[in-house]
Amino acid sequence: MTNSNGHPSSSPSALISVRGLTMAFGDFVVMRNLDFDVNRGDVFVIMGGSGCGKSTLMRHLLGMLEPAAGEIFYNGESFTRASYEQRETFLRGFGVLFQGGALWSSMTLAENIALPLEQYTSLGTGEIRAVASLKLALVGLRGFEDYYPAEISGGMRKRAGLARAMALDPDILFVDEPSAGLDPISSRLLDDLILELQGSLGTTFVVVTHELPSIFTIATNSIFLDTNTRSATAGGHPIELRDHSEDPAVRAFLRRGESEHE
Amino acid sequence: MSERVSLPDGAKVSLERAGEALIVGLGGTWQIQAYLPGTTAVEAALDASPRPTGVRYDTGELGGWDSAVLTFLQGVEDAADERGIPVEREGLPDGVRRLVELARAVPEREGAHVDKAPESWLVRVGRYGFSVWDGAIGELSFLGQATLAFGRFLRGKASYRRSDLRLLIQQTGADALGIVSLVSFLFGLILAFVGAVQLQQFGAAIYVADLVAVGMVRDMAAFMTAIVVAGRSGAAFAAQLGTMKVTEEIDALRTTGISPMEFLVVPRIVALVVMMPLLTIYADAMGILGGYVVGTGLLHISPRAYMQQTFSALSMSYFIPGVMKGTVYGLLVALAGCKQGMDAGSSASAVGDAATRAVVKGVVAIIVACGLAQVISWVFGV
Repeated sequence: MTNSNGHPSSSPSALISVRGLTMAFGDFVVMRNLDFDVNRGDVFVIMGGSGCGKSTLMRHLLGMLEPAAGEIFYNGESFTRASYEQRETFLRGFGVLFQGGALWSSMTLAENIALPLEQYTSLGTGEIRAVASLKLALVGLRGFEDYYPAEISGGMRKRAGLARAMALDPDILFVDEPSAGLDPISSRLLDDLILELQGSLGTTFVVVTHELPSIFTIATNSIFLDTNTRSATAGGHPIELRDHSEDPAVRAFLRRGESEHE
Repeated sequence: MSERVSLPDGAKVSLERAGEALIVGLGGTWQIQAYLPGTTAVEAALDASPRPTGVRYDTGELGGWDSAVLTFLQGVEDAADERGIPVEREGLPDGVRRLVELARAVPEREGAHVDKAPESWLVRVGRYGFSVWDGAIGELSFLGQATLAFGRFLRGKASYRRSDLRLLIQQTGADALGIVSLVSFLFGLILAFVGAVQLQQFGAAIYVADLVAVGMVRDMAAFMTAIVVAGRSGAAFAAQLGTMKVTEEIDALRTTGISPMEFLVVPRIVALVVMMPLLTIYADAMGILGGYVVGTGLLHISPRAYMQQTFSALSMSYFIPGVMKGTVYGLLVALAGCKQGMDAGSSASAVGDAATRAVVKGVVAIIVACGLAQVISWVFGV
C-alpha cells in the first residue's frame, strides 16, 4: 500500500490527523487510504451507508483495532506508534458513548460515572458523588443516581452513557450512532446536548451516524465513506456537500436518494 | 476546559456580603483532577443572620474551568434553593451559565430517589417466607411446563431444531468423555486404595475387585459423572439461557410463536437424559480400570483373577439401578440449569449468579436424590 502523500505527517493545527489509513480484516480491505483532519472544537461526523466501516473507523481512532497501513495523530503525536503506556495517556483524554450506552449493568448510574473518577482523580467519595450527580443533571437525569441501568429506558441509558463518557471532561468525545434506538424527540435532545457541550466546554466530538437530521443539525465537518470505492469520497460541511459535492453518491446519500430537481 | 490556562494556582472561593446579597467569588484554575472545594462555608454564609436575600457570582478572577466549577455551583444552588434564596447567574461566564442552566433545567424527579429504610426482622422473615413459597410455586410450574413441552416432544409436535439437539448431545456427551474418564478412573483408584487398607488386614485383598465393581456400578459412577456434568453442562445451560434472556432472544422466540420451553429447555433435558446413561456406563468401565490398576499393580492380584472376581461380583441388579440413577441425575441437572437460566435477571452479573445457582442446586439435588435412592433400595431390598 503506497501512500499518496509520501511520508505521513500531521497538520500542525489539527487535533486529530489521519494519514493514509487503510483498514482491513485479514485480506478484506474495508477502506483504503483515508486522509482527514479533525480540528479542535469540531463536531466531526463520520457518515456513510450501513456496513461501510464507520464504526470500524471509530474503533481504529480509539486504538481498539490496528491499522493495516497509515497513521493516526493526536495533537501531532503519533497514536499508532505509541507504546501501551503512552496510549493510556491518550485514552484518558477521550470519552466514548457506545451505541447501547454500554453501562456496566451491575453498577448504579452514579457508580458507573464514579469509576473513571476513582481511577484517575484524587477526589474523595463525597466529591465524586457530587460530580456524578452533576453529570447526571447535565444530561437531564437528576435524582437517578441509585438506579441500575436495567431499571431505566433505552434513551435514558444513552444519556447516562453520555454522562459517563463526560466523567473526566474529555478533550474528545466519540459518539457511536447517537440516534440509534431513540425517538425523534429524544434524538433531537441528544443532538442539542452535544451542541451545548461543544459550545460551552469546547469539547471536540467525533460522531458516527447515518441519520440525516442529526448530521445537518450538529456537524461542522464531516467525512463520507463510500462502500463502492472503499475510500472517503468527500469531506467538509454536510450542507455544503449536499448542495455542491461533485460526487453523485454523496449528493444522493445526503438527499436520501431523492432527485435533486424535485 | 475551554480556556486551558496552566496557572499553578488552584481553585479559590471568596464569600462577601454586599448589603442584602451574598457574593460568591470564584478565582483561580478549577480542575477536576486536582481539587474540589466543598460548600460548607457557603451554607454557613447562607444561614448567617441577617439572612442574605440573594446570591450573586463574581468570576472576575476565574481562570480555566471544567466540571469542578459546575459541581461546586450545583452545590451552591442546591443549598440556596433549600433555603428559598434566589440566585442570579449574571456574573458567570457564558459557558458556565448555560451549563448550570442545563443541569438545573430538569427538576429532580419526584420519588426518583430510592428510600432504603432498614426493615425490621419481622418484615424480613415474612419476606423470606413468601420468597420460599414463591420459589416452590415457581419450581413446580416450571416442572409442569417442562413436562407438557416434553409430552409434545414425544408426540413429535415440539418445535425445535434437530441440529441444535445434535450439537447439545455432542457438547454434553462426547465432549465430556475426557473429564469423565479422568474423574471416574481416579475414583475407582481411590476406592481400591480405601478398600485395600482394610481388606489386606484380613488377607482378603481380592475383594477389592468386588468393592470397586459394586461401588462404581451401583452408585459412584453415576454420582461422580453427574457432579461433573452439573459443573459443565448445568452451568453452561444457565449461562446460555441467561444471556439469551438479557439480549431479549427468549422474548423474540415467544413473539415468533415458538415456545422457549420446547425450543430451548426440552432439547437440553433430552440431551442430558440420553447422554447420562451412556456416560455412566463409560464411567463404570473407567472406574473398574482404576481399581484394576491398583489391584494388579500394587496388591499383586493376577489380572485374570481380578477380572474374574469383578464379573462374579457384578449383576444386573447393580447395573440397571446405577444407570437409572445416572438418568435421573441428568434430568435434575438439566432442570436446575434451564430453570436458573430462564429465571436470570437482566445484567451481566445476574447471568453469573444464575450459573452459580444452577451448579449449587444441581449438586444438592444429586446428593438428595442419591440419599433417597439408598433408602428406597434398603427398604425394598434391591
